[in-house]
Amino acid sequence: MARIGVFICHCGENISATVDCGKVAESIGKLKHVVLSTDYKYMCSDPGQTLIKDAIKEHKLTGVVVSACSPRMHEPTFRKACAEGGLNPFLCEMANLREHCSWVHEKNDLTTEKAIDIVRTQVEKVKLNSALQPIKVPVTKTAMVIGGGIAGIQSALDIANTGHKVIMVERSPSIGGHMSQLSETFPTLDCSQCILTPRMVEVAQHPNITLYTYAEVESVEGFIGNFKVKIRKKAKSLDEKVCTGCGLCTTKCPQKKIPNEFEQGMGMRPAIYVPFPQAVPNRPVIDKEHCTYYLKGKCKICEIVCPTKAIRFDQPDEILELEIGAIVVATGFDIKHADFFPEYGYGKYKDIIDGLQFERLASASGPTSGEIRRPSDGEVPKNIVFIACAGSRDPAKGIAYCSKICCMYTAKHAMLYKHKVHDGRAHVFYMDIRSGGKNYDEFVRRAIEEDHVNYIRGRVSTVYERDGKLIVKGVDTLLGGQPVEVVADMVVLATAGVANAGAEELAQKLHVSYDQHKFFAEAHPKLKPVETNTAGIFLAGACQNPKDIPDAVSQASGSAVKVAALFSQEMLTREPLVAVVNRFCPPMYSTCVGCFMCQSVCPYQAIEREDFKTRDGKIIKTVAKINEGLCQGCGTCVALCRSKSIDLLGYSNNQVHAEVMALLNEY
Amino acid sequence: MSHSEHHNERNSLAYSVEKNVEVIAQKCYQCGKCSAGCPVADEMDFPPSMVMRLLQTEDPANDEKILRSHSIWLCVTCEMCLSRCPMEIDIPSVMDFLRQKSRSENKVNKKAKNIIAFHKSFLNSIRFTGRLYELGLILDYKRQSLNLTQDISLAPKMISRGKLHLFPTMIKGTAQIARIFKKTSN
Amino acid sequence: MKVGIYPGCSLTGSARDYNESVFALAEAFGLEFTQVPDWNCCGATAAHNLNKELSLALPARILAIAEKNGLEEIIVPCAACYSRLVVTQHELKKDPELKNRISEVIEMDYRGTSKILNVIEWIDKYIIPKLEEKTVKPFNYKVACYYGCLLVRPNKILNYDRVEDPQSLDIVMNKIGATPIDYPYKTECCGAGLSISRTDIVSKLSGKIIEDAEHRGAEAIVVACPMCHSNLDMRRPDINKYWKTEFKIPVIFVTQAIGLAIGLSPEKVGLKRHFVDVTIS
Repeated sequence: MARIGVFICHCGENISATVDCGKVAESIGKLKHVVLSTDYKYMCSDPGQTLIKDAIKEHKLTGVVVSACSPRMHEPTFRKACAEGGLNPFLCEMANLREHCSWVHEKNDLTTEKAIDIVRTQVEKVKLNSALQPIKVPVTKTAMVIGGGIAGIQSALDIANTGHKVIMVERSPSIGGHMSQLSETFPTLDCSQCILTPRMVEVAQHPNITLYTYAEVESVEGFIGNFKVKIRKKAKSLDEKVCTGCGLCTTKCPQKKIPNEFEQGMGMRPAIYVPFPQAVPNRPVIDKEHCTYYLKGKCKICEIVCPTKAIRFDQPDEILELEIGAIVVATGFDIKHADFFPEYGYGKYKDIIDGLQFERLASASGPTSGEIRRPSDGEVPKNIVFIACAGSRDPAKGIAYCSKICCMYTAKHAMLYKHKVHDGRAHVFYMDIRSGGKNYDEFVRRAIEEDHVNYIRGRVSTVYERDGKLIVKGVDTLLGGQPVEVVADMVVLATAGVANAGAEELAQKLHVSYDQHKFFAEAHPKLKPVETNTAGIFLAGACQNPKDIPDAVSQASGSAVKVAALFSQEMLTREPLVAVVNRFCPPMYSTCVGCFMCQSVCPYQAIEREDFKTRDGKIIKTVAKINEGLCQGCGTCVALCRSKSIDLLGYSNNQVHAEVMALLNEY
Repeated sequence: MSHSEHHNERNSLAYSVEKNVEVIAQKCYQCGKCSAGCPVADEMDFPPSMVMRLLQTEDPANDEKILRSHSIWLCVTCEMCLSRCPMEIDIPSVMDFLRQKSRSENKVNKKAKNIIAFHKSFLNSIRFTGRLYELGLILDYKRQSLNLTQDISLAPKMISRGKLHLFPTMIKGTAQIARIFKKTSN
Repeated sequence: MKVGIYPGCSLTGSARDYNESVFALAEAFGLEFTQVPDWNCCGATAAHNLNKELSLALPARILAIAEKNGLEEIIVPCAACYSRLVVTQHELKKDPELKNRISEVIEMDYRGTSKILNVIEWIDKYIIPKLEEKTVKPFNYKVACYYGCLLVRPNKILNYDRVEDPQSLDIVMNKIGATPIDYPYKTECCGAGLSISRTDIVSKLSGKIIEDAEHRGAEAIVVACPMCHSNLDMRRPDINKYWKTEFKIPVIFVTQAIGLAIGLSPEKVGLKRHFVDVTIS
């Protein structure tokens, strides 16, 4: 015998302003099987919840309907209250009288009638609810961090320090990311590699971290707590256990003129190379696209000179299959390069460079040993122009957003230049100065006031070359739009930060959302910056949007805590509102005919095949089975199934039918 | 009063620009790239980015400044500003509109007298012959600008090179042209 | 297909040399075109500066007449006329109400179906295919290709070449043996319609164009617009006076350069009508 308790909430005045709650309670109280129907001002409050708990005991309720706001607000609240009152939480339903009724209508009789209709449908539904139990899935307590930049490093270290295992996958030969390319960092002008390399070494030596470099994610399957990830370890062409990292091969390689990616094309590297001296791991790799042996079958000098015989030309790529519980995506970003800008020469002029290239020039370990020199003729520039907002905040170029870090690094670059070239003149063409971090604005003021960098407010229309110099045609908007022409020796573009190459492919492999700029999407822009809409996958760093190092590190630590929270449970609890394919005793087993049309439409790949066999292994029937760990309860298969063999727990065909009939007053 | 009603009561120049040219002045974030690339910016009293700034303040005093400016007449419609503007603001069309508004409200800058005289002479020539009669244009311009000696030295060279016709060519449809002029005049 | 030509007022007036070279090339390559009957002035700069409707009506009449006479393609050698015609076609396509109003003003049916070609598009389509076999005197000079403003801007409407560092004219010149230089003033304004009313501005702007070309060692400036030619050539005395220098670099039309390359005489292509002596040929 059903015994239903109904609670009508006033929600302060949100509901009661347009709905006559007392009348609703009275009307519902007359329904069959409703043993309690009352109204109250704030059901979600402590006393409100106590009301429910007490009523369950007192009236021996078998079902509860709380008529209040949207279930998206408080369904967990009331379910928990019922559980505490001794009633299975899935025997509690909510009727939305606020978003669906009181907030969208004026105060009159019809509104109250509609409210009564809404409550009635939920009363009829809840009579058919079952006492479902949450689904428990095990958790693999190994995390994967994709990307070995500062964000990935921080996240990996934090997770590893909680005692859990971490696998880090980095696609270039060394970890370190863009931070390892920087000369100094703002606002302290700390040497970037000096603060980074200890962390890199820590990652390599940490007992809980397994580092795979020159490796990429091949495929991801599964679900939170139970991912199956395949990674491809690209062949480095050497045996890492035998290689000592002496570097002799890199000095003897005859192919010396390959543009060095780490140096952003400002320097060269051989075909067998270590990206930079402080690389972790400090082992070379062979670039198959430029190695003479791989291209023409000749050379092999590295193999000949290697003292430990570590070179393995026939080494294949290796695929590893890993069981992972949580994934942190920290794949970072890239910047637009000079050839993106038609009005600045389409990359034609050698002395127009981008920010990362300038970092390499300024860096003591860079191609010019830290001296600022023109790529064209090696001379020290006496007049240098920095163009901020080169590509960012530019809807015409397709990038409307602000890249956040450029104002700061432009000030930094100008300062570094002035510190190195005392008699040089630095100009910065800017639109606004965005320096909102701690000690950031003071840093920019230092550039202007102490280092006498000439800040001109206005954008540059065009830059062209004449007699080996660069003619910069800009404007000073603070002087009423007065044109300003600078004859510069070098121009540095603070180009837009963009998603890293391969971001879209990776997002699709992970089933993670991304925006039109291929930046990965956070679950909520304000309150969930490190989670994605895919359970178990977290974000850290600039792959979400361009950001500076403190923000990347904070976010990385945030993601680590989310992973640790996930791993702190032995089993993961999932809501049992999933689909289920019916099962009967033999010889029917199920009304499912095994057409598997449901499998082809399930967006979550949650449908599997189950064989029913005779004792000697012959298959009698193959029917569909829902993986309750993956199913999200969307109901697509339920609607599609031609034999109506699938139903949805919590929203079964009978329950929905009862709601509809209640609405039609036929109950 | 709802928001849209309030919007309809704007009587600023920026609003007229929005209605007639479909350019929203507030889109301009004053980067100045237009002024940086404008070939005549250093001659102008208000370079293009300043014209946009004056426009977006929706201040009647600034609207006056724009309509009475020399800038709008110096603009040669080279379209460089639009091609580089990050917000793709159609400044050349705004300039055309401002020019016409300036004339219709009789607020033409005195320094632009000759420029307008030239345009008017050009159109006067077409109105009667259907095609440009260069000699007629020059004589009419001299009459308006009172600069009788300008370019006198060019005349013999132009004639000797066959570049200056002494008599106009009248098209057959001159009456139709005259009607076109009449129908579009306001 | 019937091909029309709209010479415009410049070609029948002060840019007579351009006109001669266009027709000379047509003759040499066996091309025929029909002049748009009873064509009127497109309105040029003056119309759009003073009267928007007029600036649309005058080109619309030309296009309507061309349509009526079955001219599917119209060659427009003058870049300014080309710009006005294409912009008018675009504006009237975008706004059907405006199109109806203009049809009423010009008292003609307007559909906007003709394809409008600028001089370089005409060369690309009709002359390049047979150019190599006809080239007898390669134009072995370093040239600065000056496009001017209206061939490539407004880019979204004209949809022709790229707006920064365009290459179409350079490619044509390359085909006749010339060496185009890397030239940052390709699309910088010469001063346009201010030639008479503000000759000082034209002198300044055109002078910069010329100075840069000479500085980079160009032996000629190649143009595809009669307004640009007039400012760079006819205005040379004023430019020289303003800059207190003797700029000697000749300015020739692309059609003249091609004419010379296929063996036509300088007279035939109108080179003798220039103000600045053309020493190369």
